[in-house]
Amino acid sequence: MTIKQLSIFLENREGRLDEVLAVLGRNGINIVALSLADTTEYGMLRLIVSEPDKGKEVLKEAGIVAMATKVIALRVPHAAGSLSKAMHLLVQNNVNIEYMYAFANGEDASAVLKTEIPEKAVRVLKEGGFDVWEEEEAYRANM
Amino acid sequence: MEWQERIRQPEIECMSRDEMIALQSERLVKQVANVYEHVAFYNRKMKELGVEPGDIRGIEDIHKLPFTTKEDLRDNYPFGLLAVPKSKVARVQGTSGTTGKLTLASYTKHDTEIWGECVARGLTMAGLTEEDIIHVCYGYGLFTGGLGLDFGARELGALAIPMSAGNTKRQMMCLEDFGATAMACTPSYALHLAEALEDAGLVDRLKLKAGIFGAEPWTVEMRMEIERKLKINAFDIYGLCEILGPGVAMECIHHSGLHIYEDHFLPEILDPATDKPAADGETGELIFTTLTKEAMPLIRYRTKDLTSMDRSTCACGRTLPRISKFKGRTDDMKVIRGVNVFPTQIETALLSIDEALPHYLLIVDRENNLDVLTVMVEVDERYFSDEIRKLDDLKKKIGNVIKQAIGVSVKVKLVEPKSIERSEGKAKRVIDNRKL
Repeated sequence: MTIKQLSIFLENREGRLDEVLAVLGRNGINIVALSLADTTEYGMLRLIVSEPDKGKEVLKEAGIVAMATKVIALRVPHAAGSLSKAMHLLVQNNVNIEYMYAFANGEDASAVLKTEIPEKAVRVLKEGGFDVWEEEEAYRANM
Repeated sequence: MEWQERIRQPEIECMSRDEMIALQSERLVKQVANVYEHVAFYNRKMKELGVEPGDIRGIEDIHKLPFTTKEDLRDNYPFGLLAVPKSKVARVQGTSGTTGKLTLASYTKHDTEIWGECVARGLTMAGLTEEDIIHVCYGYGLFTGGLGLDFGARELGALAIPMSAGNTKRQMMCLEDFGATAMACTPSYALHLAEALEDAGLVDRLKLKAGIFGAEPWTVEMRMEIERKLKINAFDIYGLCEILGPGVAMECIHHSGLHIYEDHFLPEILDPATDKPAADGETGELIFTTLTKEAMPLIRYRTKDLTSMDRSTCACGRTLPRISKFKGRTDDMKVIRGVNVFPTQIETALLSIDEALPHYLLIVDRENNLDVLTVMVEVDERYFSDEIRKLDDLKKKIGNVIKQAIGVSVKVKLVEPKSIERSEGKAKRVIDNRKL
């Protein structure tokens, strides 16, 4: 129901993002989706990768701390208003979204959602006719 | 600027060396007998060293006496070192605003008069007389700055305006409206105020001629900048609350060191490695023995400030010895906006926060002439969040805890775990970019 996202705290210094991506590349870990949030002092890199557990491990070995965060990968049909409809469902059911970013996977559009109550969010979305990616689907690019 | 040298007590300030040594010796003998009899701490310390008051016949015997440290003051907090009944204590002052590590100093009425006298000598050294109006924007309160200058102005017969610190707009208005001829505050605030006055085009409407600045280290360049911007003579004043407060030493117009009022505060400069006296001109730790203090006399108090001494007669005519601007500390204390900050205080504060690791780095900068302390903190892996809001909350929490501990607000910067260098042995905890 939920998928694992790698969340990596990045200090604002030259070459840090490059270092992180290099470690993943070297270890054959493919990046399916990413979002990079920046503040004045640091960045927060959020990744959906082919093998999140291995990704976390290899980053750790390289001295980079990554957290595995539970997120939802929502499938959104390519039709005007469909994301809006999903949001309505969540709002009506008091599900707050901490952050969200989009990724391309297959024919539908997809969005990664972070909420405090992922199980409830998935239930609400499914009852409303939406589907979410399962782990093995989400970690593979362009099905 | 027109200058006329004034000396308030030439009979003391220009005394011959022999006369001064005789005066100091007489006072030291009395003081040692006094603390031996009235302060249990000194009685015990002297007995441990096998020293009796009779062994001290003059200042040449000072090396026989025990040292006093800041820790001793803390251990005997708040009134354990009194040499008089508590009813004789007329005033207390404390170290600049820090909690947890507060050091309290007690004064009898006579002590506050001596304090006023010492500051009045300094104000006279800065060319001021009873005609002057002194705008005091040091903090009033436990901090010795505000009241110390106030006592000095009263002793001099000048008018002190008790502005206290902060609210630059109001400071500017009062400086102009009341016609202050002198001001006293920290040098960094003086520069901040000078820039604000310059921007407002007010400098030429002021009657300022002198500034007495202290409570934090400053450079010659900074003095010249303040002097140029405000069109005044600026003077460095030194003191520490354990010994007195401002007025232990002060610079004259020749700016060749700070004259120590050694008739009240017997100075020594000791090589920190051996505790043996350093020769004149050599750097060592500054030690004071209070010769006339009644309430809380201190014997050989270790200031941890590194300086050197010049005993030659100054161009101003004073024979009072001069200490150089401070060359550092024997510990890693930093003075941030006039407040003494020890890295260990920050470490203790961080240890009280689960989410933070006690690995930190302090960076001191001076931005727009105000000290800025940045604390880089490693966040415990287990508490890292992928949500920026939570990390910002954590930053705020750490900042509040540290501010509670040291009394100064800080900028907190979260860094990756294990990113602060672990050095072998003594960790480098502080980077001071202020070029003092």
